[in-house]
Amino acid sequence: MTGAQQVDGADVGAAVASLAVHQLAFAYPDGHQALFGVDLSINRGERVALLGPNGAGKTTLVLHLNGILTAGHGTVTVAGLPVNRENMREIRRRVGVVFQDPDDQLFMPTVREDVAFGPANLGLRGDELDARVRHALDQVGMLAFVDRRPHHLSYGQRRRVAVATVLAMRPEILVLDEPSSNLDPASRRELAEILLDLEVTTLMVTHDLPYAMELCPRSVILDEGVIAASGPTRELLCDGELLRSHRLELPFGFDPASLPAR
Amino acid sequence: MSAGHTHELYRPADTPVHHLPPQCKLVAVLVFVLVVVATPRDQFWAFAVYALALCAVAAVAHVPAGVVVRRMTVELPFVAFALLLPFVASGERVDVLGLSLSAHGLLGAWNVLAKGTIGVVASILLAATTEPRTLLLGLERLNMPALIVQIMSFMFRYAEVITGEMHRMRIARESRGFQARDLRQLRAVAQSAGALFIRSYERGERVHLAMLSRGYAGSMPVVVDVRAGAAQWGAAGLLPLVALVVAVTAWSLK
Repeated sequence: MTGAQQVDGADVGAAVASLAVHQLAFAYPDGHQALFGVDLSINRGERVALLGPNGAGKTTLVLHLNGILTAGHGTVTVAGLPVNRENMREIRRRVGVVFQDPDDQLFMPTVREDVAFGPANLGLRGDELDARVRHALDQVGMLAFVDRRPHHLSYGQRRRVAVATVLAMRPEILVLDEPSSNLDPASRRELAEILLDLEVTTLMVTHDLPYAMELCPRSVILDEGVIAASGPTRELLCDGELLRSHRLELPFGFDPASLPAR
Repeated sequence: MSAGHTHELYRPADTPVHHLPPQCKLVAVLVFVLVVVATPRDQFWAFAVYALALCAVAAVAHVPAGVVVRRMTVELPFVAFALLLPFVASGERVDVLGLSLSAHGLLGAWNVLAKGTIGVVASILLAATTEPRTLLLGLERLNMPALIVQIMSFMFRYAEVITGEMHRMRIARESRGFQARDLRQLRAVAQSAGALFIRSYERGERVHLAMLSRGYAGSMPVVVDVRAGAAQWGAAGLLPLVALVVAVTAWSLK
């Protein structure tokens, strides 16, 4: 359950990055500019935390990764495929976004139908679809709940099913928006164990710094619409001056220097 | 379906009635109710046969009488209305226990009560033996427009989420000393309702985003198949068929 199976981006040295964001800028129709030229590259198998205070543009960036928002300037490519209107279907298969509130993510009447929604949109049917659903639920340890209604699951269980709904699409990159929010410590640990076991490129958007430290060898800090820093998570978290200047804070008593680097 | 939480109206069991495809049951209940309503009201025996037929269905479906009776309370407002009829209706009067009642009204009350009750019991049995989710699948099979089925399915999914939000807002109001005593407090309640509407609207937008992110392109994939064979249509048709024979006989005896 530790990072034994974890694949570091540096080791794989994939020829094509799972995700490449180049000079991405975006302004909302009301004129509010959220992103001012973001550059970000994530190698296959890497797990990266995207840190930043509220209002830094994290969610706006996430919505560009699967083409919900389209870039005002710059490009996003997923495993070599540019995000544009023609590629939308394939892009949405490759980028699995898990939104913050599992009640938004789980909109079907039963867990089974919800996990099947994505792969069914990709054209899977019958036994193949069923196998996908079962495998994805098995990966998050929720197979026993396949016929439950989402409303009757605990918050932590719903978050895990939400992860399964995108795993069922076999994504190139998993994007998690605040995965630890509203979870009790046990659910938080269970989710961390599951995420560490998945062999998939992951971008985790969070301001939960210990969680980033636990799960992601590398972090980037997004603030005021640009990438302000990038490096090994432990190094970034040990730089108190850097954190302070971007309104990031370690919880009381947490000392990243005392932990081994991932 | 595995053991687990289901809708409160649904009573999981392993009976032939539970196993019938939802669209068959829907059509059977609809035809049955139409036939009951079309039965002449003064053929009292016919209604006894309908009631017996429903009892038989309940017995086969293992739905206890107590459950049916408890759920019949939804009918109470109509019962009150029906009970008023003999007092307010015009026409020839009869004396019942010292009260002067309208004969016409009595018959009218009986008509509302008998047909209403039979309809309510039929719906209770349908709800007790069919999961709401499969009911929606049944509607889809019956060519209900996909958009309407989608809306109903989202309503089914989010009703509890929204009532939960409403409940939390009420607790938050009352925790700050709010008590809804009279109309002057309406403003606060109306504002809560407005806030709830906006929250739900925003949730709708977020759900739509989540759907788009998983490749939604305007139509829901049909994942669960609930096809019905001739045998199943035949089994479901038993109840309306019995009713039809009774109704035709009742009309011919009239």
